[in-house]
Amino acid sequence: MLRRHRKPDALQGTLDLLVLKTLSRGPHHGYGIAADIESISDDILRVEEGSLYPALHRMEHLGWITAEWQTTANNRRARLYKLTRAGQKRLEDEQVKWDRLTKAVGKVLRFA
Amino acid sequence: MGWLQRLRGTFSRSGDDFDAEARFHLDERTDEYVRRGMYPEDARQAALRRFGSITLAKERTGDADMLRWLHDFRRDTAYAVRMLLRSPGFSVLAILCLTLGIGANAAVFSWIEGILLRPYPLVVDQDRLFAVTGTDRGAPGHSDVSWPDWLELQRRSTLVDAFIGEKITGSTLSIGDRAERASGSMVSANYFDAIGVHPMLGRGFEPGEDSGRNAHPVTVISYQIWQERFRGDPAIIGKTQVLAGLPHTIVGVMPKGFFGTFVGYAFQFWVPASMQAQFDAGVYKLEDRGARWIEGFVRLKPGVTIEQAQAELSAIAARLEADYPETNRGRGIRLWPLWQTPFNNAGALLPTLGIALVVVLSVLLIACANVGNLLLVRAFSRQQEMTIRLSVGAGRGRLVKQLMTEGLILSAIAAAGGLVVATWLRNALALLTPPRGGVLLRLPGDLDWRVLALSAGVCVIATLLFGLVPAMLSSNVDLAGALRSQSGGVVGARSRAWVRSALVLVQVSLSFVLLVGAGLLIKSLQAVRSASPGFSTAGVLATGVDLFTAGYDPQRARTFQDELVDRLQAIGGVESAAFSRMTPFSYRNYSTAPIAVDGYDAPPDQQPTADYNEIGPGYLSTMGIPLVSGREFTRADNETAQLVAIVDETMAAQFWRGADPVGRRVQVRGRWMQIVGLARTAKYRNLLETPKPFLYVPLRQNFSATTALLIRTPQGPATLAPVLVREIHALDPNVAPSELITMREQVDRTTAAQRISVTILVVFGGLALVLAAIGLYGVMAATVSQSTRELALRMALGASASDLLRLVLSKGLVLTAGGLALGLVAALQATRLLGYLLYKVAPHDPLAFASAFMVIAAASLVACVVPAWRATRTDPLRALRG
Repeated sequence: MLRRHRKPDALQGTLDLLVLKTLSRGPHHGYGIAADIESISDDILRVEEGSLYPALHRMEHLGWITAEWQTTANNRRARLYKLTRAGQKRLEDEQVKWDRLTKAVGKVLRFA
Repeated sequence: MGWLQRLRGTFSRSGDDFDAEARFHLDERTDEYVRRGMYPEDARQAALRRFGSITLAKERTGDADMLRWLHDFRRDTAYAVRMLLRSPGFSVLAILCLTLGIGANAAVFSWIEGILLRPYPLVVDQDRLFAVTGTDRGAPGHSDVSWPDWLELQRRSTLVDAFIGEKITGSTLSIGDRAERASGSMVSANYFDAIGVHPMLGRGFEPGEDSGRNAHPVTVISYQIWQERFRGDPAIIGKTQVLAGLPHTIVGVMPKGFFGTFVGYAFQFWVPASMQAQFDAGVYKLEDRGARWIEGFVRLKPGVTIEQAQAELSAIAARLEADYPETNRGRGIRLWPLWQTPFNNAGALLPTLGIALVVVLSVLLIACANVGNLLLVRAFSRQQEMTIRLSVGAGRGRLVKQLMTEGLILSAIAAAGGLVVATWLRNALALLTPPRGGVLLRLPGDLDWRVLALSAGVCVIATLLFGLVPAMLSSNVDLAGALRSQSGGVVGARSRAWVRSALVLVQVSLSFVLLVGAGLLIKSLQAVRSASPGFSTAGVLATGVDLFTAGYDPQRARTFQDELVDRLQAIGGVESAAFSRMTPFSYRNYSTAPIAVDGYDAPPDQQPTADYNEIGPGYLSTMGIPLVSGREFTRADNETAQLVAIVDETMAAQFWRGADPVGRRVQVRGRWMQIVGLARTAKYRNLLETPKPFLYVPLRQNFSATTALLIRTPQGPATLAPVLVREIHALDPNVAPSELITMREQVDRTTAAQRISVTILVVFGGLALVLAAIGLYGVMAATVSQSTRELALRMALGASASDLLRLVLSKGLVLTAGGLALGLVAALQATRLLGYLLYKVAPHDPLAFASAFMVIAAASLVACVVPAWRATRTDPLRALRG
């Protein structure tokens, strides 16, 4: 009852993957993560704040990332997220799965 | 460590954290939009729009924060407290019902814990402790063990850690100018080591101190007499105290809170078993394999079951029987769980406490049904609240959780109150038990963690019982239906009515069972009271005169006894007086001996035995026990005359097959005695005993200096007591009689178990009845108030007031009848549990059933009449318009 072990749906899983990947390049705050994902994907992927923060908190509590408050260059207090070893491991697993999935989808599309 | 973070997240103010984080995000986004060329104002708006609902994001973030549940619980609790405060009448009634239910349960749990399960404070490993007694083949019940057998068992057993021998005894304790009776125990030398309780001052007994005739006059005293009688004298060790007429050296003081190992009494002193002869009026039994007197406990080695130990001890007993056929024929050994210990009050209280447990559980069920009903009534009036909460999006689970929280708070408060009730009731059993001259009673409840845990469990189960059904029902609100008219009910047809009716059925049937039980026990107690014990209970007074402790030798004691009887019989108003070793129905044991009769051959593996009383001249006429033939003992039946005996009819029937035994002879403990009289069978120990062969021998020829004195007189104890003291002091100012009571009272003291059961059943049966009546009233009142419209319609269509009265009453009485039918079935099964507490009353006694029936019918009539009367007062115009 305390925490529902729901199977993460594809969308959520994808967001997790993107966030973890972004954080693998170094600690970042929520806004920065969203901005990075958007800019790298040439604004094709738009991260909803309403999904991002719950995802960040969930991953924090799963121990994949840690967070701490820091002051940014423009003197604002920001919550900075950092990848943990467990998160790193998770990222690798997810990436393998994702590659396999896209390859499979690609094969099907080419065949059809 | 995820859970740690979650926990931290739960208690830390994560909401503020999230706000700060969101603010940062919005600030950054605003900056970005400004960089892209928006006006700051517009940029802010756009950022906000882009972020969407902050509250929603926060909620969803909070979800991940988990222990959401705890947040909810905190909120639910606050809300529940507010709701309970808003309807104080309901809350107080519900809490009161539950307090009584839970309190009664906690009290009975504490009695069972303190009296049956862990009766001996400070004693270690009580779960490996078992009582041990002897048995006689072919005879029910238990007997004691001889000391040589006890030592043999100890030597040969491999599964038993320790044999802890003891025998209750007593002595006059005369310190300073105060003399009173104190109970104590003769114990094996290993006693204190084996039970793991060590003296706080001095020492316990040393190995070997339990052997040799009166060889070790040492004693260990209780903390209580050390404090009260010796004023806590720090130099007490080494001082002497006279016990049973002999100075004993005080070698130890037991710690506070140790009362010995005897359910019912607090012991004041302990002496080694070697002092047995001194405490048994000079009869030395330590080397007599035929004399059975010791009882006690065994501590089994870890991992040994009672069955294994029983098998081993039975095997040893069988070998003893083969080795010593003269004394041990037919004798066995039996182990008992502590709670069945037959030689103290545990065995006697077991059925009483069993009944008490059933009764209080029933009361709790009834209380739960009542609170459940109250909750349902309230749920109905809260339907609007529920509807609104559902329509603004509360989940059904949340509503159930909310209602269960309210229930849990109710029962938690009630449990706290219940524990207070239980604390008050802790010593109630001792209060209900009659005192026995100077003996310290100890029947405490024990509110240890096990009792607390069990009570908490009861509280939770009660909550589930009374809370879950109403919670499920009221969260299951039909939104559309609730929007429709609220007063469209019909008598007997309402969505939730059947649940409430079922609750009332349960209540009525349980109350019926309890009342039948109470009725049976009351009738049984009356039967016991009016039963003839076979001797006069009116006009006979009993007391004790202990000459042994006063230092008399047998010759002086005989003279004293004769002179006192003469003096008493010379007083006007005293018809006769007689000495005997024992008063019937006292807590001491009769002498018992193997017997033989000419022409009677016992089965080869059985040894006939009989109990007997040593009586003085005129005892039978003083006690009012009729002689069937022959004569009483006279002063001529003295130590130089031929040995004589009087037998009772039970014995005559068994050994002489009904022929008059006068003139025949009987062998008692190896001595042949001429039978001179045949007495009518009486009761000897209590009113419920089954007749066993019994005989009388002259006190003169079987002397005891510790005796009872019986006086036949129309005067009461208060008038005669000073006269008695005067006459005794005229003979010897140092001798004092013990408490002077009527035989009636002596007999009543043995019916304590019945009276406790009756008290418990009557009190709780009455309580149950009141609770059930409240429940029935509640259902009927709600039915009437919910079907105002129907009643009004009936009225408008021409129904008279009496029609409505009949309609409502019949509905209530149908409920009652259903409950009674259910109760009848249950009671027919349940009353058999009363078992031996019933005396001359059948478990299916029609009178008890009929009276319970009448009481319930009357109570439910009362509970239905008020709502029914209110129904007739319905104003059709107002009700139909409204």
